[in-house]
Amino acid sequence: MKRMRLLFVGVGGQGTLLASRLLGEACIKEGIPVLLSEVHGMAQRGGVVESTVMLGGLKSPLISPGEADVLIGFEPLETLRAISYCNQNSVVITSLSPIVPNVVKLGAAQYPDVSSVFERIRSGVSGFYACDAEELATKAGSPKSVNVLLLGMLMGTGLVPVSLESMEETIKTQVKPKTVEANLKAFRTGVELVSGK
Amino acid sequence: MHQLLKTEPCSMLLLGNEAIVRGALEAGVRVSAAYPGTPSSEIGNNLFQIHSECPELVYFEFSVNEKVAMEVAAAAAAAGLRSLTCMKHVGMNVASDAMMSLAYVGVGAGMVIVCADDPSIHSSQNEQDNRFYGKMSFLPILESSSPQEAKDLVKRAFELSEALELPVILRTTTRTAHVRGPVQLEALPDAPKGLGRFQKDARRWVLVPGTARLRRKVLLERFEQAGAISEGFEFNEIIGSGDVGIVASGVSRGYVWDALHDMDCTNQVSFLSLVMTHPLPEKTIVNFAQNKKMLLVVEELEPFLEEEIRGVLQKNGVTTPVYGKNGAYLPRMSEFNPAQVRAAIAKFLGHSLVQQGPLQLPDMPPLPMRPPALCKGCPHTETYNLIKEVVHDLGLNEDVLYPTDIGCYTLGVMPPIQMADYLICMGSSVGSSAGFSVSTHQKIISFIGDSTFFHSGVSSLINAVHQGHRFCLVILDNSTTAMTGHQPNPGIQYVPPEYKKTRVPIEQVVRGCGVQHVFKINPHKKDESLPVVREALSLNELVVIISESPCILYAKKVGGRR
Ligand code: SF4
Repeated sequence: MKRMRLLFVGVGGQGTLLASRLLGEACIKEGIPVLLSEVHGMAQRGGVVESTVMLGGLKSPLISPGEADVLIGFEPLETLRAISYCNQNSVVITSLSPIVPNVVKLGAAQYPDVSSVFERIRSGVSGFYACDAEELATKAGSPKSVNVLLLGMLMGTGLVPVSLESMEETIKTQVKPKTVEANLKAFRTGVELVSGK
Repeated sequence: MHQLLKTEPCSMLLLGNEAIVRGALEAGVRVSAAYPGTPSSEIGNNLFQIHSECPELVYFEFSVNEKVAMEVAAAAAAAGLRSLTCMKHVGMNVASDAMMSLAYVGVGAGMVIVCADDPSIHSSQNEQDNRFYGKMSFLPILESSSPQEAKDLVKRAFELSEALELPVILRTTTRTAHVRGPVQLEALPDAPKGLGRFQKDARRWVLVPGTARLRRKVLLERFEQAGAISEGFEFNEIIGSGDVGIVASGVSRGYVWDALHDMDCTNQVSFLSLVMTHPLPEKTIVNFAQNKKMLLVVEELEPFLEEEIRGVLQKNGVTTPVYGKNGAYLPRMSEFNPAQVRAAIAKFLGHSLVQQGPLQLPDMPPLPMRPPALCKGCPHTETYNLIKEVVHDLGLNEDVLYPTDIGCYTLGVMPPIQMADYLICMGSSVGSSAGFSVSTHQKIISFIGDSTFFHSGVSSLINAVHQGHRFCLVILDNSTTAMTGHQPNPGIQYVPPEYKKTRVPIEQVVRGCGVQHVFKINPHKKDESLPVVREALSLNELVVIISESPCILYAKKVGGRR
């Protein structure tokens, strides 16, 4: 398969690593060569969490600026922070539900007006998909499944050669039993949002 | 059942650190010990869980520090049981006292020392390159890249260790420890029977000077043998037959590989992919370099291989120029990324390179930072606020010096707390407070966590009592080693039911060290704590305040059981 570099960014506690791992597990199921890198340790204390999924036989675990094929942002500010990893052929998937950083709460900085920047990004990249992921995930059963909803959006683009069935199977076996239903619903919501099916 | 104990052969998506544990289990490791430290922590965490589930399969302990862990593993290997210890790079500084002489006595059964370096300083206090420890100790070093290779290498490392009767160092970095990839599981050995037995031999195991001289000779001979093994080491590989050479190790091998494919120039280059990086295979390197126009060495941090290779070539009269950290190809500082290595190779080969440019977005608004922060409701925040209030009330604001230590509470350096003035290593809060107390008139209030106190604070506290140093040490006892993922330590009160180890209460230790003024507070009870802190800070003597309240994340995890 074509080589592909996917960058996941979010805030500690959002389940960013679980999302990239679910994709990795599904790839293994389908025999797609995959390599992931994850952030562990101090940054997880409410800081920025990044992970990568490298497909098609790449052996580098990291992505350089301008070289992400897909950026999946779990939080709008973090999507903006990572936007320099994209190029004009990239696809950007982002949640629009903000998580306000402490410096903003303390009044030392302002949360940026993301919508106007996103409009410019939309016209600068080859695909742009955004939604209020938290609201939609809550509707689907749990605000905690924002991560799986965004994974659904990614699958809805058809960019990753993994079948929806494999992905759903993986979700069923990897998330906590009590949350399977809410996660599957969130996943399908994400898929439909992008593919229209 | 723990996922790493699966018996049916299958492919699993494992973290580098998990793959190391699986490799050790497949190799029949029997005793393991560690002190946690990013990026090595998941090795200990998994062994801890596996030991809790199947105590007879493998012993594991979270030792109080890396030196103790090294000694535990060393003794097991001397008694004929395969053993493993792991640590972050700076942990090896602590363990090195044991390791340097352990190399002299050697081992009976295989022993693997996993050392995790942290290029780019994601979660550490420095960026040291621990391969130099291999040089200093004469111990062999293996460097993995993928999780599959890490698992295979651990098994090979045990064999190598037994062949040489020396511990073997497996050096990982953040990007090989925290990378996840498919790993093919192989069979686990049958359940072990019985323990080992230590064969006494004072002429080997007791390093008095006469024996140490003998053993140094043995060590140098073993090192020669290691060199011979390195020549034919099956994980080392030469790929391609171009007339210029590239040498790389660790994660850099992946960057080189991808770059050569991206630029479609695999046929121009001959690529020496090194896994055993110490001792280097001299003959292999001479043969490799001899007919090349030039060499480029791609390795993170210091020019360890580069300088060795230059030395080997000079010794053998080979004049092939060697580039790497010299000549501005690659920096010494920080981990690499793919584009950086691609650019270095393009320059080396004289290719022009069109790199994909990042998206240009003029007028990007300023983006507020999101640094890691203490959790909402963290007891450390309460302790800091209490001390701050009393310091203010006593009119000491301008004059207080806050030495601090390593743990979540180090985040007290950030606004709005900003109560951290000096930090160099684990335990330095206590030793540096002693130093400041004899060199300034400033009021000294220092902070240390429970785990760090056991790791390397106790002996400095005894010193402070004996020498009569004057400072206030605040021990932030949150009943866990929080920052690295909530590992236990000897002082913890809150434990899961299956944890049956003997508790060593911090207060008893502090009093046992001879401290006269010991205070205890619960930081969440502000009204009760304020007068106690006020009394403590009014004294101009050695004072210890133990601020006791569990980490809220850990309390949730163990369900608040006591
Ligand atoms: S993990 Fe525990 S100790 Fe660390 S910041 Fe959070 S609550 Fe505090």
